[in-house]
Amino acid sequence: MRSKMRTFVSALALAVGLATTTLSTPAFADPAPDVGNWQSVLDQARGQTVYWHAWGGEPRINDYIAWAGEQVRERYGVEVVQVKLTDTADAVTRVLSEKTAGVDDGGAVDMIWINGENFAAMKRNDLLFGPWAEQTPNFAYVDVEGKPTVINDFTVPTDGLEAPWGMAQVSFYYDTAKLDSVPKTAQQLLEWLVKHPGRFTYPQPPNYMGSTFLKQILTELVADPSVLQQPADETDAEATLAPLWGYLEDLQPLLWRNGQAYPQNGASMRTLLADNEVDIAFSFSSGEVSSAIEAFELPDTVRSYVFENGTLGNTNFVAIPYNASAKAGAVVLADFLMSPEAQLRKQDPQYWGADTVLAMDKLPADMQDAFANLDLGIASLAPSERGTVLPEPHPSWMSLVETEWQKRYGVVQ
Amino acid sequence: MPEAAKNGLELHDVRVRLDGRELVAVDLTIAPGEIVTLMGPSGSGKSSLLGHICGTLPDAFEVTGQVVLDGRVLDGLAPQDRHVGILFQDDLLFPHLSVGGNLAFAVPAHIKGRAARRARVEAALGSAEMDGFYDRDPATLSGGQRARVALMRVLLSEPCALLLDEPFSKLDSGLRSQIRSVVFDLCRKNSLPTLMVTHDPEDGAAAGGRVIELRG
Amino acid sequence: MLRFVPILTLVLMIGPVSAGLIGTLLPAFGILPALGGTTPSLDPWQAMFAQPGLGTSIRLSFVNGLIATAISVSIVMLFCAAWQGTRIFHAMQRVLSPILSVPHATAAFGLAFLIAPSGWIVRVVAQVAGWERPPDIAIIHDPWGIALIAGLVAKEIPFLFLMTLSALPQADTDRTAQVTASLGYGRIAGWFKATLPRIYPQIRLPVLAVLAYSTSVVDVAIILAPTTPAPLSVRILGWLSDPDLALRFMASSAAVLQLLIVIAAMAIWIAGERLVAVIGARWAIDGNRFKQDGAVRGVSAVMALVAAGTVVLGLVVLLVWSVAGFWAFPDLLPRGFSLRLWARELDAIGNSLTTTLLIGIPAVVIAVTLVLACLENEVRSGKVAGRRAMFLIYLPLLVPQISFMFGLQVFFSLLGLERTLVSVVLGHLVFVAPYVFLSLSEPFRALDPRYGQTALCLGASPTRVFWQVRLPLLTRAVLTAAAVGLAVTVGQYLPTLLIGAGRFATVTTEAVALASGGDRRMIGIYGLFQMVLPFAGFALALLIPAVLFRHRRGMGAQNKG
Repeated sequence: MRSKMRTFVSALALAVGLATTTLSTPAFADPAPDVGNWQSVLDQARGQTVYWHAWGGEPRINDYIAWAGEQVRERYGVEVVQVKLTDTADAVTRVLSEKTAGVDDGGAVDMIWINGENFAAMKRNDLLFGPWAEQTPNFAYVDVEGKPTVINDFTVPTDGLEAPWGMAQVSFYYDTAKLDSVPKTAQQLLEWLVKHPGRFTYPQPPNYMGSTFLKQILTELVADPSVLQQPADETDAEATLAPLWGYLEDLQPLLWRNGQAYPQNGASMRTLLADNEVDIAFSFSSGEVSSAIEAFELPDTVRSYVFENGTLGNTNFVAIPYNASAKAGAVVLADFLMSPEAQLRKQDPQYWGADTVLAMDKLPADMQDAFANLDLGIASLAPSERGTVLPEPHPSWMSLVETEWQKRYGVVQ
Repeated sequence: MPEAAKNGLELHDVRVRLDGRELVAVDLTIAPGEIVTLMGPSGSGKSSLLGHICGTLPDAFEVTGQVVLDGRVLDGLAPQDRHVGILFQDDLLFPHLSVGGNLAFAVPAHIKGRAARRARVEAALGSAEMDGFYDRDPATLSGGQRARVALMRVLLSEPCALLLDEPFSKLDSGLRSQIRSVVFDLCRKNSLPTLMVTHDPEDGAAAGGRVIELRG
Repeated sequence: MLRFVPILTLVLMIGPVSAGLIGTLLPAFGILPALGGTTPSLDPWQAMFAQPGLGTSIRLSFVNGLIATAISVSIVMLFCAAWQGTRIFHAMQRVLSPILSVPHATAAFGLAFLIAPSGWIVRVVAQVAGWERPPDIAIIHDPWGIALIAGLVAKEIPFLFLMTLSALPQADTDRTAQVTASLGYGRIAGWFKATLPRIYPQIRLPVLAVLAYSTSVVDVAIILAPTTPAPLSVRILGWLSDPDLALRFMASSAAVLQLLIVIAAMAIWIAGERLVAVIGARWAIDGNRFKQDGAVRGVSAVMALVAAGTVVLGLVVLLVWSVAGFWAFPDLLPRGFSLRLWARELDAIGNSLTTTLLIGIPAVVIAVTLVLACLENEVRSGKVAGRRAMFLIYLPLLVPQISFMFGLQVFFSLLGLERTLVSVVLGHLVFVAPYVFLSLSEPFRALDPRYGQTALCLGASPTRVFWQVRLPLLTRAVLTAAAVGLAVTVGQYLPTLLIGAGRFATVTTEAVALASGGDRRMIGIYGLFQMVLPFAGFALALLIPAVLFRHRRGMGAQNKG
């Protein structure tokens, strides 16, 4: 049996050897970078590998991330590896379990694409590194005045714990070859559904897009929208939510599958529209609709539009966990992502088609021209067509709505 | 083999038990070249006795007594160190090896060099009138040829004793007497103490040695 | 050395599972210091039981798992009874074996693309009936979970069938069938009365593994099961991914509950076995011959064919989607085709295939080595008592992944082993080794012990007997077991992601991430990519012995089992 043992031992040795030589992580702690001294950040970042945990469901976005990774490697010697997630919360869970295990240095996650509830939860549980975002060079271009959500993530102040990366605004879309007119308010949607039962649905909360739809309706129906900017437990939440539940009472039976089943996310809702199962769908980016047409996912007669009284808009960010292994590298990457060049490519529907967080009037003239000359794509809405951007409610409303929705409609059997 | 005393195979009061029940008890000595036949019904522990002699009996059996071969006590020795050959009713030729491979497997390691080992095998094939069969697939042989290869294989391993476990029961009757005489002749020629278990009285008669009846 | 391998193997199996279970049990009772949980409490359980629809979720996991298992087992047994030894039987063997290499999620997507209201089947109907819109009925995500059951059944039939096949030779089934036929019994009745009692103990463990899997499945359930509410396992995953970190406590309680559900399902199943055994024993000797079983035989063939056909047709739909341009309802085929996505993904796939093999090959090599060593030890020591202990090797198949995987991740972090290839390989080994043992132990134990005895008596050492006799004789069984192991490691999602901390982008982690984008073209491409390695593995397991022993006719018979 000696030779067999030898085989086994050498296999094990091979595995151990590979693991320790090529894939191990540095055992030393990464000192917090001094973001005020940018050159020191660049020096510290050189040679680091940034594991960026980001949703990986869209090849175009993955490609964009790969491009950004190449750029920072060439310019700053920082390697970027995208860890493709199905759900941002997976990265939050990982940081949490590392904290559980006492891994306060050398964590697995260097950067997370994040916003809203996930950010609020990480901030609340002290799982983030910072502040750092507002001291980076390219933050100077960010449209803090015109887009207040770049420093208020679902009303929660970012406090420099995350850097803005992109803007999102709810827009609806439909196939112009099938519909002549579309509902443009919550009330019109209900009336339209009475005439066309089963031709609309929304992703099942607590999916992000589904909850967004409920918040959109809530924002439109509530008497005083400013209440939603406060934490729910500081207000008369029941009274505030009453109009939403009244509305859903009428809406639910008219939904696709009578509200017995739901698409799981925005993407599967898009599939339903493509298959002619529903007539109207919605997304957080009209550029995404153009991309989907490019990718043959939707017919080229699909167009976007927004509700008359405005639609919810927010910002998405990148944040760095408190125990990240490559904090300086992550800061450098985040800074690059805010650069005019990176933001321009991001807004180009040929590559992605997501809105910039930058202020045009802060940019150099040639960059302003470049942004102005972008062809936004056939189903994308130009800034002038987007109407009012409504602010996201405080995250506590989302939790409250999701829990109550689950009780009322999450169990139909 | 050192030319030590050729005392034959001695079974001193060997008793095989399973779960406290005695299966078989024998006390006998088989001289070199002698063929002793053990007759008995199925389940009388004949095969267990052979397993004990060649050292492959599972631990679950309890055995007392002593097995001595040419003056060496076999008990406690590993099967490969006993120099006891065994033939079963199936030829058990290794299907993954050629005929020559099967035979070469048995040639002892002390015969070194490819040519020398090959010569042994070819000689054995020749004595079985199977020249040119070295590269044949055992699956393509006739029943008689397979039986002869199996016999040659066990003899090539230079055993000091031979055990036969109903070796002819699967051969058809025409072939049976022919193979029987080949086996028995070779046992005598090689002066092998041979113990055969069978329930075919003809086997015992043909062997021409002592026949011991076991109770059921 | 060899004597210690069984213990080492069991430690490698039981260690991670127990460590993981502890990591789940503590938060289930309120202990999770990182979130401020320092005192034991039952609050997580109260919170969980207060969840709306929990009863329905439990029912969906429990009842549907039992039903899916019962249907799979019945179809496989009925088919074997009706057709064993016939040409149809051998044809089915050839069809079903490759289906083993189809990952569960791929098969489920294929099924969904086939039977959904906008799927291929309805499109055919729509062409005839002139529908422009898919009917608004819940065929998948249906409230009763019928689609989930169908998906599980279609995928488990090939597995159980092949497990049954490897048990058949030991029961001398062909001659038994002749005997029962000559006594005037119909094929099916004869098989059920005389062969099944001998076969069933051999496949009992695979059946229990199927039951455990079916009652705790996540991926297939996400694709096919109802969502209002979803089965418990899916809801656990949802709670674990909730931004509200406090839900982790409740999720852990639910993971413990999930384990209890699996145990309860097994208890019911085993009670059912007893009942069937008692009734069956009486039925076996009541003399009824059931000679006219032609109709039942036909039905069993149709059912097996539908199960296999569904998976195969599902793969075809996936293939069509993967090259589809825009594909509107109710068109039978896309308006245009495009290889654009294939071209770009082929560029990217190389790395993930390499990573998959980097994990898979060591895991499989270690698993096969350990299992062979355990089995060889069994032969040499001649002890059967150890076999009972080896039952423990199957623990990872019987404990739901979701109940210990998150705890295991914390455990590896504590050891400082997280994110290393070693830990990922060890994590995979936990699932690979039981399957390798499952598929190798029967042929190994069935090998005629007299080959080894003969070789020993010819003067060969035990080591030589192992390398030159037993191993060559078992070539195909060993390679098949390795292929099964490879299929298992390729399919691992949670262990790769959690233990590897996302450092290891395998074909499956990529596939799952891209599937979340919902583009059916990508789902098609990656579903097929996921099959490449397991399929190649199974093909090699057939091809290598065929080439190696092309001049050895006897090896065909030897390797049948």
